Amino acid sequence: MKSLLRFDNVSCRRGGRLLFEGLSLDLDAGDALQVAGPNGSGKSSLIRLAAGLLRADRGKVERVPFAFADDHAALDRELALGEALRFWGGDVTAGMTAVGLADLREVPVRLLSAGQAKRASLARAAASGAPLWLLDEPANALDAPSLERLAALIGDHRARGGAVLAASHVALPGHWRVLELGA
Amino acid sequence: MIGRLVARELRRGFSGPAWLPAAFFLLVATLIPFAVGPDAMLLARIGAGALWIAALTAALLPIERLVEPDRADGVLDQLFVSGVADESVAFAKITGHWLAFGPLLLASAFVGALLLRLPGEQLPSLLSALFVGSLGLAALAVAVAALTAGLPRAGALAGLLLLPLAIPLLIFGAAAAGDSASGALLLECAVSLLLLAGAPFVAGAAIRASRT
Repeated sequence: MKSLLRFDNVSCRRGGRLLFEGLSLDLDAGDALQVAGPNGSGKSSLIRLAAGLLRADRGKVERVPFAFADDHAALDRELALGEALRFWGGDVTAGMTAVGLADLREVPVRLLSAGQAKRASLARAAASGAPLWLLDEPANALDAPSLERLAALIGDHRARGGAVLAASHVALPGHWRVLELGA
Repeated sequence: MIGRLVARELRRGFSGPAWLPAAFFLLVATLIPFAVGPDAMLLARIGAGALWIAALTAALLPIERLVEPDRADGVLDQLFVSGVADESVAFAKITGHWLAFGPLLLASAFVGALLLRLPGEQLPSLLSALFVGSLGLAALAVAVAALTAGLPRAGALAGLLLLPLAIPLLIFGAAAAGDSASGALLLECAVSLLLLAGAPFVAGAAIRASRT
């Protein structure tokens, strides 16, 4: 089976500091890999490399169409949440329902709490229909019920043949392979 | 996606104080008679140049909201991962910015020309030059906004970058309302075209550089 994400002997250096080198990994359908490690170990850089937002110093990254979610909401603050998400396309209603934001459709983005904004960025990924999700700190600002919803969301995505690569400094809910970076 | 992006830029332009550059433009035009006196002949002679200086300074006002908010909020990253080229983002921003800025500026220029008692026969050439020049100015503003996005004191830096680069627009734009109108207008068109062609690539490269 073709990998949804493949790192082949990838090295990354940022600000003159080597974050990792010779990293190879494959993510197949149904896989979930958590990148763990202390602050500054290169977790977010690895996610951004996977998304093509950074270039590897060495090695090759291949991926299928993907969705990317980090701590930035990337939504117009003055628009209602539903309208702001519609800009990015996909099945917005399904995405909002999956993260428990369906009731906040008409609420302006600027009024969302940090946890709700994080769920909105996850809703965009869920709405995209992309087989590969790249999530940077998906558990940030989420309360216990939202963490359970995140676990269910990722479980459903994997069951449908999707794969998830997530960077997090805390253990994520659900079953994950873990890649530990740096020390 | 480009159409949606242009519409978004236009909406953002009008949801903020879109009238601010136009009001600033008119304010500067209003101040000129106070500075040089009410001599109608003098005002008519310097009017076109004064309106162009007002247009350049008004163009500085929206720069900080053109690129930086989208960079800081991750919108540029999301557009990139959605497969939209950074140059296309820049082009959409130029288009949206001009649509929010240009027509209001032209309407204000009409009022400003009346305030400065510009001869009626100068008005069409002045407005034509401003129409063409405002396109170049919008392109320059987006390029400068992308180059300074995320930098400390970006607003002041943007002014220092934009004003010297806009000098050709000022020279040919002001001259287009004078005796050598047609030649100057053609040169104004050439400068604007150059800026419109180059700015998306400059801005795209700057957006890419800020990402990595």
